[in-house]
Amino acid sequence: MKMTLRALLGASVSLALAGGVMAETITIATVNNGDMIRMQGYTDDFTAKTGHTVEWVTLEENVLRERVTTDITTKGGQFDIMTIGMYETPIWGKNGWLVPLNDLSADYDAADILPAMAGGLSYDGTLYAAPFYGESSMVMYRTDLMQKAGLTMPEAPTWAFIREAAAKMTDRANDINGICLRGKAGWGEGGAFITAMSNSFGARWFDENWKPTFDSEAWANTVNFFKGMMDESGPAGYATNGFNENLSLFQQGKCGMWIDATVAASFVTNPADSTVADRVGFALAPDNGLGKRSNWLWAWALAIPAGTQKEAAAKQFIEWATSKDYIELVAAKEGWANVPPGARTSLYQNPEYQKVPFAKMTLDSILSADPTQPTVDPVPYVGIQFAAIPEFAGIATDVSQEFSNAYAGQQTVEEALAKAQALATEAMEAAGY
Amino acid sequence: MARSISQRRKTINTVLAWSLGLLIFFPILWTILTSFKTEGDAIAYPPKFLFFDWTLENYAIVQERSNYMRYLWNSVIIAGGSTLLGILVAVPAAWSMAFVPSRRTKDILMWMLSTKMLPAVGVLYPIYLLFIKLGLLDTRTGLVIVLMLINLPIIVWMLYTYFKEIPAEILEAARMDGAGLKDEILHVLTPMAIPGIASTILLNFILAWNEAFWTLNLTAAQAGTLTAFIASYSSPEGLFYAKLSAASTMAIAPILILGWFSQKQLVRGLTFGAVK
Repeated sequence: MKMTLRALLGASVSLALAGGVMAETITIATVNNGDMIRMQGYTDDFTAKTGHTVEWVTLEENVLRERVTTDITTKGGQFDIMTIGMYETPIWGKNGWLVPLNDLSADYDAADILPAMAGGLSYDGTLYAAPFYGESSMVMYRTDLMQKAGLTMPEAPTWAFIREAAAKMTDRANDINGICLRGKAGWGEGGAFITAMSNSFGARWFDENWKPTFDSEAWANTVNFFKGMMDESGPAGYATNGFNENLSLFQQGKCGMWIDATVAASFVTNPADSTVADRVGFALAPDNGLGKRSNWLWAWALAIPAGTQKEAAAKQFIEWATSKDYIELVAAKEGWANVPPGARTSLYQNPEYQKVPFAKMTLDSILSADPTQPTVDPVPYVGIQFAAIPEFAGIATDVSQEFSNAYAGQQTVEEALAKAQALATEAMEAAGY
Repeated sequence: MARSISQRRKTINTVLAWSLGLLIFFPILWTILTSFKTEGDAIAYPPKFLFFDWTLENYAIVQERSNYMRYLWNSVIIAGGSTLLGILVAVPAAWSMAFVPSRRTKDILMWMLSTKMLPAVGVLYPIYLLFIKLGLLDTRTGLVIVLMLINLPIIVWMLYTYFKEIPAEILEAARMDGAGLKDEILHVLTPMAIPGIASTILLNFILAWNEAFWTLNLTAAQAGTLTAFIASYSSPEGLFYAKLSAASTMAIAPILILGWFSQKQLVRGLTFGAVK
């Protein structure tokens, strides 16, 4: 009787506690892209399972970064969950600004998160953000134009092959550019691409003593190769083209090849938007024979700012949104091609998902990226298309602006590299490195 | 002869004015047209001007995804509240500067204007911290105060310019007839400056409506305005131009309609005192 009473009392307390948690409304800051918007559409499923309601604050990527950075550095407490990337997570985790996610439930199966993603979203072995979707970069190419050029795309091409193929596929009379790449200024735009590319040429942002290395031969080779190839075979005005501009060109059939985020594969193969949906092939990002490919690694992940009053509910949301069940929910409603990719190992073991044309190449690209050893020589930083230090975003935006100016012909590559070296050195010294 | 030259000039002026007007209006027109396109047509090259498959799908998606009415209501309250509060503060300030100037009035006016030259981001952190302490983050009250303060120099300057056009003798006569300060401002000055005050209200309402820096940085889920609504449809990774255009059209529609109906008053107020 006593046991029964105790059990009943315990159950009542548990229910009361659960009831307290169930009443929560959590506020989530997120980025406006297809997978995140899709997640918002399934919020009712989360509410039905937990009782929590969700307020969404959806912002453009750069606005989101400014907004969440302001809030977390001032402890504003406006958000219970923030959507952040691989760049912010280790820095914020190190500063103690995020709630560690090392106590997620057994059902969640944290060990299933792809190791590259878990590593990039951790600091000192502790996971601080759960990946909602992950991406690398790869070659997307027009199979018909490749055939017309008399070439066969290898599964793992070299830069020399890409340049040759781009030149052969270029047909100015029919407005077809052999290759479309990001040249737009911004650390997340052209800056990300050229940094990832530079790894395959053996360049690095900083040496082991945090000295910038834009005065190296490897950097000169990288930028000269990029500009030479794009001048030969790229679209007019490529210096101002970013992801969206190139996506638009590729979907309209104006690019022979496009090297960019793996997440773009679902856009270019979607017949509703792409005029070339049935003629797209995929290959690994190119290398230069130095043992490193030019693909990057990125994840949009969900993190809980330290100090939130709704930590338990926020964790429940993260477990729901990044779970295997969520992937199955999306697959059931919208098909396997639309599930958030690049986060879980089990997704790539699923026979149904293996039928998606870009699934294998996406996984191979992600697996070939190592943020801890991004380039040929050793580096003191973590990150492939970025260096995970707070100063990087500002420096890389300025450096990429210099490169864009060189692409546009406003200065030579040598001048751009000299300016990059000077401004990066000044910024790093000012920061105390 | 003189008549025919005048007619020709009139025609040329009319054509030029219409051309200029259309040129200025073209980005808005293009946004509105894009809002009725599919995402594919929105990025088509060469661009499709009128001959495309017109669709209302983008509006349906935007309506489904966002709570437009909440953003709209927030915009109305914040733009309206900050403008009215600004007028309440600025009318006495402009009156004193116009009719009871001191040696430093011009300096004060210039100093007030100089605050507009400070980049907003320079004071973001102090204001953000202040808002945390005062519990004003993500509230309409907080934004009403901030936007009022930001636009106050413009309101004071505009009213000062209008008030300076009113002969001080009229106010003196009112005073001689026994009018107090309140009566002088409310019953003598204000009726004479109605066109100026109305155009100041309209212009500041538009400025507050379009303000994007503070309304994005100081709001989250509750007090977001239509600028936050638009920002939620912009993306560097994915093509959302048609949906973004639909959201933009929905955001600018109320202010376009307001501007259309009040254009006579607005122009009259803005040219008040321009021709003597």
